[in-house]
Amino acid sequence: MRWLRRNLLGIVAILVLIYLFIPIAVVAILSFNKPSGKFNISWTQFSTDAWTNICGVPGVCSSFVTSIQIGIISTVVATALGTMIAFALVRYRFRGRSTTNLLIFLPMATPEVVMGSSLLALFLNLRFPLGQWTVIIAHIMFIISFVVVTVKARLQGLDPRLEEAARDLYADPKSTFRYVTLPLVAPGIAGAALLGFSLSFDDFIISYFNAGTLVTFPIFIWGAAQRGIPVQVNALATMVFVIALLIVLSSQLVSYRRRKKLMST
Amino acid sequence: MVVAKRRSGTGYLLLFPGMTWLAIFFAIPFVTLFMTSLQEPVPGKMGKYQAGFQLSNYTNAMAEYWPQFLRSFIYAGIATLLALVIAYPLAYFIAMKGGKWRPLLLVLVIAPSFASFLLRTYAWRTILADEGPITSFFNALHLLPDDRILNTGIAVVAGLTYNFLPFMILPLYAALEKIDPRLIEASSDLYSSGVATFRKITWPLSLPGVVAGTLLTFIPAAGDYINAELLGSTKDRMIGNVIQTNFIEFRDYPTASALSFVLMAAILVMVFTYIRRAGTEDLL
Repeated sequence: MRWLRRNLLGIVAILVLIYLFIPIAVVAILSFNKPSGKFNISWTQFSTDAWTNICGVPGVCSSFVTSIQIGIISTVVATALGTMIAFALVRYRFRGRSTTNLLIFLPMATPEVVMGSSLLALFLNLRFPLGQWTVIIAHIMFIISFVVVTVKARLQGLDPRLEEAARDLYADPKSTFRYVTLPLVAPGIAGAALLGFSLSFDDFIISYFNAGTLVTFPIFIWGAAQRGIPVQVNALATMVFVIALLIVLSSQLVSYRRRKKLMST
Repeated sequence: MVVAKRRSGTGYLLLFPGMTWLAIFFAIPFVTLFMTSLQEPVPGKMGKYQAGFQLSNYTNAMAEYWPQFLRSFIYAGIATLLALVIAYPLAYFIAMKGGKWRPLLLVLVIAPSFASFLLRTYAWRTILADEGPITSFFNALHLLPDDRILNTGIAVVAGLTYNFLPFMILPLYAALEKIDPRLIEASSDLYSSGVATFRKITWPLSLPGVVAGTLLTFIPAAGDYINAELLGSTKDRMIGNVIQTNFIEFRDYPTASALSFVLMAAILVMVFTYIRRAGTEDLL
């Protein structure tokens, strides 16, 4: 009883972590299912069909590729634009700082349905054709803020003495930036890009409003939900989850090793 | 800050592309949304609208859809409270007892977001299935008014709570991590009970995290329609469902825009009064 009371917090914490992963376990387990009807909801029979024939259902892989393309383009542009804003915010003085901060904060505090519908209202009024480009424009728009916040945090955490040291050693501003600042901020930028890609890849609401007839991976799933989601979708989602987890864990491992090395020297 | 901030044209150059993007594709759309919400039908042409100043779009939309509005805020409110209760112990554990495992534990908190939002929501159909263990358990206790969870408001709230939980955990963690553990030690050295220490020290100091977390959970939950669509019945529709169907399926742009505009205005008013009352203006 006393053991329980002392470890109650840890037990609850572990239960919450398990709770976070239950739906993912369901998705992964059902990717090895052979559903009896249209709907892949309850366990019927073990099968690796979905994994060996991952593009077996029309539309699954093409929508997946579309989402990856949109994710890459949006992430590259948003990361560049967001990183520049973060540098300006931390390193430069300018007029209109509070308006700038508000315009960066608001997209994160606006429900997706409002952003999606207002952007659609703009495109409709301009008679701008809906499709891949409108989705990319939308994704860049909502990713920028997250990039700014992530890169800004990293920039603010930099030890200013490192750049001072470079200047003291007669490095011109360009080389200080190139050889000192940029490598130090790079992990923040990489993290922001990873976050941006995952936001873009998984976005449904804003994309659906502005996609026209374009089908991204989440839009495919939404359409399939009414008539039964193909098992292949579970397989692909499980794959994405495992790959993303491996990327994040290995980057954690690298930074952990680096910190350990720094401490031992 | 030791680095002197430079005042030069470079700052503006760095800001320009990104801020222009946000101005054109985030700020201006609110103007077009507002204009669309006041449009009037073109006489004799079904489904065509022209510029106008029809304030009745708002009163009509609200008269018809106020239940969905109310339901959205109630569902999002309950989900936010549940998420706070579920997230706090985990955030506290990671911040105070996580030690060198902290980065790994944080990865585990974010990791679920790597699997498709829609599929994770859909998976709750399996977990909460009518003959499943969870529904059977609550049925045995006679706790369910409809003898089921799936396709009821309970499932929608459960889905919302689950989906936005990481948005609660991370800000809570950020706030709890900043608390000096010596304050808590000092409190217990002065013979304060665990409950009193929490109430007088930990909770007040974690308040910025609580405010940020509740906002980051409540706002997306109030606008969400995925959970209501995939887990609820037609009786559990939220305002997001109405906006989406009116915009994309019925193409009733004025009504949909009016609803969207009211949702945004309501959320902004709530956010600013809430932040002010909690005394956490610097969150902005």
